[in-house]
Amino acid sequence: MIEAVLTGAVAGGTSIVFAGLGELTCERAGVINLGTEGSMLCGALAAYVVGINTGSPWLGVLAGIAAGALLASVHAVMVLHRHANQIAVGLVVTFLGTGLTSLFGQDYVGKGVQPLESWAIPGLSKLPFLGTVLFDHDPLTYLSFVAVPLVAWGLWRTRAGLILRSAGEGPEVLEIYGTSARKVRWIALLVGGGLAGLGGAQLSTAATLNWSEGMTVGRGFVAVALVIFAGWHPLKLAGGAYLFSGAIALQLQLQARGWEISRYLLESLPYVTVLVVLALLSNRRIHGGPAALEKVFEG
Amino acid sequence: MSRTIRALAIVLGLTMLVAGCGSSSGDSASSSASSDGKFTVGFIYVGPKDDFGYNQAAYEASVAMEKAVPGVKVLQAENVPETAESEATMQNMIDKGAKVIFATSYGHYEFAKNMAEKNPGVTFVHQGGLKGDTKLDNLGTYFGTVYEPVYLAGIAAGSVTKSDKLGYVYAFPIPQTLANINAFTLGAQSVKPGIKVITIATGSWCDPSVQSQSVKTLLDQDVDVITQHQDCTKTIIEATEAAGAYSIGYHADASSLAPKGWVTGSEWNWTPLYTDIVKTVKDGTFKGSKYDGDFRVGLQTGDNPFVQSKYGSMVTDDTKALIEKAKKSFEDGGSPFAGPVEDQDGKVIYAKGKQPTYAEVETMKFFVKGVVGKIG
Repeated sequence: MIEAVLTGAVAGGTSIVFAGLGELTCERAGVINLGTEGSMLCGALAAYVVGINTGSPWLGVLAGIAAGALLASVHAVMVLHRHANQIAVGLVVTFLGTGLTSLFGQDYVGKGVQPLESWAIPGLSKLPFLGTVLFDHDPLTYLSFVAVPLVAWGLWRTRAGLILRSAGEGPEVLEIYGTSARKVRWIALLVGGGLAGLGGAQLSTAATLNWSEGMTVGRGFVAVALVIFAGWHPLKLAGGAYLFSGAIALQLQLQARGWEISRYLLESLPYVTVLVVLALLSNRRIHGGPAALEKVFEG
Repeated sequence: MSRTIRALAIVLGLTMLVAGCGSSSGDSASSSASSDGKFTVGFIYVGPKDDFGYNQAAYEASVAMEKAVPGVKVLQAENVPETAESEATMQNMIDKGAKVIFATSYGHYEFAKNMAEKNPGVTFVHQGGLKGDTKLDNLGTYFGTVYEPVYLAGIAAGSVTKSDKLGYVYAFPIPQTLANINAFTLGAQSVKPGIKVITIATGSWCDPSVQSQSVKTLLDQDVDVITQHQDCTKTIIEATEAAGAYSIGYHADASSLAPKGWVTGSEWNWTPLYTDIVKTVKDGTFKGSKYDGDFRVGLQTGDNPFVQSKYGSMVTDDTKALIEKAKKSFEDGGSPFAGPVEDQDGKVIYAKGKQPTYAEVETMKFFVKGVVGKIG
C-alpha cells in the first residue's frame, strides 16, 4: 500500500509541481498570480486540442505552455502596466481562463487524444520499490524531477536568478543598476504562466487523457497556497505537492480497503495533512517572502 | 487618476467577458416570439448540452420531441444555475410564449415551483424532484427508475468477473448514488452471492485526475469490473480499458471507448416520455393526468427513460437470459430491492416479501451487505 500511495503521490503531484514552480517564479519576482488556476486550464485545453488536431501530444504540450503564458500576459498587462490590484486581477484572470476554456472546449469534451504514454525507464524501473514509485511515469513527470532542482539552482546560483529575486526584493535597487524590474516581472509571469500551462497539459494529455470543463478542480489554487507554505522554496514546494497528492492517494486506498473512517475526514485529509506538516516544519513564523511581493510598483 | 479609470474599465470589461463566457444561460433561449402559432416548450439544463451525460441526454430528447410532435417549437437554455437566476430564465421563456417548461436538474425544483405559483397558465414539469402534497395543478415531477437497468448491468458484471470484486466510482453518498450502488451489488450477487463491490467516493462529479487514480486503486484491490456514477465518464472507462479490465457504462453508450472491455451499461432515453408529456399538455389534459403529481416510470409501467446499453461480445447467452428474466420480473411489478435486503451490518432493512416504494428508494441511506465503503 505504501508503494501505491507514493506512486499516486508522484503521479498526481506532477501538475501541481509545475504550477507551483510557475507561481514561485512569479512571486520571487514580486508578483502574486492567482491566475495560475486559469493558466492550468488553458494549458490543459490547448494541449488537448492541439494534440487531437496534430496527432502529436508533444506539440500539444508546447501549445499548453504557450496558452498558459498567454493568459498570464493578461495578468502582466493589468498588474505591471495598469498597476491594478494583483489579487483581484488574478482572480479575474482565473475566471477568464475558466470561461474561455469552457466555451472553446465544448467541442472537445469526450474526444480522444493521442496520449503522452508512460515510459518505464529501462533498468531503473526494475529497482525494488523505488522503480515503480519514481521511474514508471509519463515523460512530463520525469521533466518535473529535473525542473525542481533546476529552478532552485537557477534562482540562487545564476545571475538571471539573482536579478529575478532582486525584482521581488527591491525593484528600486534593480532600477538603479539599470535593469527594468517591469521587464523582469514580465518574463517571470510568462515563464510562470507557461509552467502552469505545462502542468495543465500534463493533466489532460498524460494523466487523464480527457478534457472536461474546470478539470483542474482547484489545483492551481493549491499550488499558490503551497508556494507560500513552502517559504518560496522549490524543493519544499515539491514536497508539499507530493504530500498533497499523496494524501489523496492515501484516502482513495483507505476507501478501497474498506477502512471504517469517516469519508468527510478522508476527503479533507489532503488539506489537513499539508497544513499540519508545513506548520510543523516552519517553526519560525512564515517569512522569507520576497520583500516587494504584492506591492504596487510604479516603475 | 485617468490611469486608474482606464484600468478599472479594463477589469470591468474582462469581468463582463468572463460573465459572458461563464453562463450562456437565459438569453441564449433561441429566437423569436410565439406569433408563428406554434406551441412553445422551454427546456432548462444545469450544464452544457454536450456533456456526454445527463444534460446531453435531456437535450437530445428535447430535439427529438420537437420533431415528433407537430407544431411544437422548443426553446433551450443551458448552464442555468440552480439559483433564483433560473426563475429569470424561465420567465424569459414564458415571455417568448412558452406554455410548458421542463426544468431538468434536481436543484431547479424550488424555482420551478415558485414559477408555477406565479404562472397558473403555464405547465411546469420537473425532472427528478418530489412534489409530495403541493397543491398546484400546473406542476408535476417525473423520473425513471434508474436503478433497474443498473441492477441488470450488475448481473452482467457478476457474470464476467473472475475475482468476484467489482469497483464503483461515485461522487457523493446521496440517495441516487446509494440506490445505484446497492442495485448494482444486488444484481451481481444474484449471480454469485459472495461478490464484493468496492466503492470510492471522489468528492466531485468530475475530477478526472482523481478518477484515474481511483481506477488504479481499485485495480490494486484485484477488481476486474469497474462502473461509475460520475458526470464525466471518459477517463474512468479509458483507464479501465487500458488496464484490460471490464467497463460498465453510465449516462451514455461509451462502448467505442472500450472496444475490448465494454460489458454493458445504462443510458438515458427521455424522448418517449417528453413527447407524451408535451402531447398531454397540448391537448389540455395535463390536470388529472398521471403527470400532474410525482410520476415515476419503471419497467412495470413501460418506457423507462433509463435503458440498458448494448452488450459487449463477452456477455454470454446464458447471462442475457438471466438479465431478461430479471427484467421480466420488474415488468411484472418486482423490484431490485425486493426483500430480504440486509445492510452492511447484517441488519434487515427490507424484510422478506416487502419491497420499497419509489419514495423510499429516493431517500435511501444505507449500503447493502457486500458493499465495501462507508457513507458518513
